[in-house]
Amino acid sequence: MEIPRHWRLKKQRYSLQGEICPHCEGKIFPPRDVCPHCGNDARTTFTFSGRGKIYSFTHVTEAPAGFEETAPYTVALVQLEEGPVVTAQLTDVQADEVEIGMPVEMVTRKIRSDGDERGIIIYGYKFRPVMQH
Amino acid sequence: MEQPQTQILAHKPAKPVGIVGYGAYVPRYRLPAREVARIWKGGKDEAPVREKAVPGADEDVITMSIEAARNALARARIHAHEIRAVWVGSESHPYAVKPSSTVVAEAIGAPVSIQAGDWEFACKAGTEAMVAAIAMVSAGMGRYALAIGMDTAQGRPGDALEYTAAAGGAAYLIGPAEESLAVVEGTYSYVTDTPDFWRRAHERYPEHGQRFTGDPAYFKHITEAGKQLMKDLGVTAADIQYAVFHQPNTKFPQRVGKMLGFTPEQIQPGLLSPVIGNTYAGAAMIGLSAVLDCAKPGDRILVVSFGSGAGSDAFLFRTTEALVERQRLALQTQDYIARRTEIDYGMYVRLRGKLAD
Ligand SMILES: [Zn+2]
Repeated sequence: MEIPRHWRLKKQRYSLQGEICPHCEGKIFPPRDVCPHCGNDARTTFTFSGRGKIYSFTHVTEAPAGFEETAPYTVALVQLEEGPVVTAQLTDVQADEVEIGMPVEMVTRKIRSDGDERGIIIYGYKFRPVMQH
Repeated sequence: MEQPQTQILAHKPAKPVGIVGYGAYVPRYRLPAREVARIWKGGKDEAPVREKAVPGADEDVITMSIEAARNALARARIHAHEIRAVWVGSESHPYAVKPSSTVVAEAIGAPVSIQAGDWEFACKAGTEAMVAAIAMVSAGMGRYALAIGMDTAQGRPGDALEYTAAAGGAAYLIGPAEESLAVVEGTYSYVTDTPDFWRRAHERYPEHGQRFTGDPAYFKHITEAGKQLMKDLGVTAADIQYAVFHQPNTKFPQRVGKMLGFTPEQIQPGLLSPVIGNTYAGAAMIGLSAVLDCAKPGDRILVVSFGSGAGSDAFLFRTTEALVERQRLALQTQDYIARRTEIDYGMYVRLRGKLAD
């Protein structure tokens, strides 16, 4: 059980909340309080749009403990519209539909259950193909 | 005691309020009714719907409510910081103890100084929350309140409910009338103690009292609520463009609509059960979102929910000029319905965790 860690990370996990650098306006995710672009202090909260593109991906058939429920699934490096690259599971997509450059959007889903039916449910960001309207 | 017939029982908000934003959600998987019939009835059965929506393995009432709420916020074009209440009505909250509403509130960026809570009243849990949201905003306790009706309903394998028990729902942001895309003209609720459907604590699947489900439950409560509201507001079916009812199957809402004087054309746009099934606490609310997606300014919409146990909430809305530009600000109900991946009974059993029993 790692409940305190999950609790601390919930804002960034639920809604892609990161930071913006007040000096160079670089967008930062995950938040780390120091700008990776200019090295200055950066603690201003910034919520990402959730839109991005697939930079690379890999299919997972043998899922690690806690992730079996959704296996097989695809893990991707997603380049967010605002710049940073995040690693995340894809959802609502068949493995053979995934390709590099595919536009995706963030959704909040169940990431895993902490221990069987008795533990807490961990929610967080995943990405799916952009829905058209 | 019976109320005298002349009394006005409908509620008109003291301060005018309405819907400032709305959003639907339906998961992508569909289980055709013929798959259920194939497994349990040798393929021969008259199905109550064509197919139903099934949630993915990583979806539940919380994740689905978050997406519907984000759609509602996008349409309202307000910041989540201005929300004063986040209420989720469902009979499939992921936790027995731990609110769905706090996760939803945190995920959409609502502040900590709000009311948050989960509502339960079978299939009218969401509309009950909506009445409370209307009251709260009208009373001036907050500028905006969010009411969600969402379910991932389950039927016992082989039970008649397995054809229809589905996943989906909608979120409504209630706010001042002057910002609304649909103003509340009035509400009226009608409840009695009726044993038509229930689930005891720790039981996984519900039970239903067969002879109670139709006339004394669904039809009685919806017609009582609908008739009283229309009478008190001085309108008839002819003054109303669309009517939406709780939809446990295809036939019940069609029949109750006829009983209240509505034509099939007035019912049709909000009748989603044939293609998504019965979304329980979500059913009347997502029917309304489908109507709002296609309504024109000045249209009147009657919504009457039904929850077993039993009760109905009736609402009369009138759309405003603001509706048109907001329809396109988020995914529409039909966008979700069109996103359709058919599954067989085997995949359904896996996605719904039915192997664990
Ligand atoms: Zn910087």
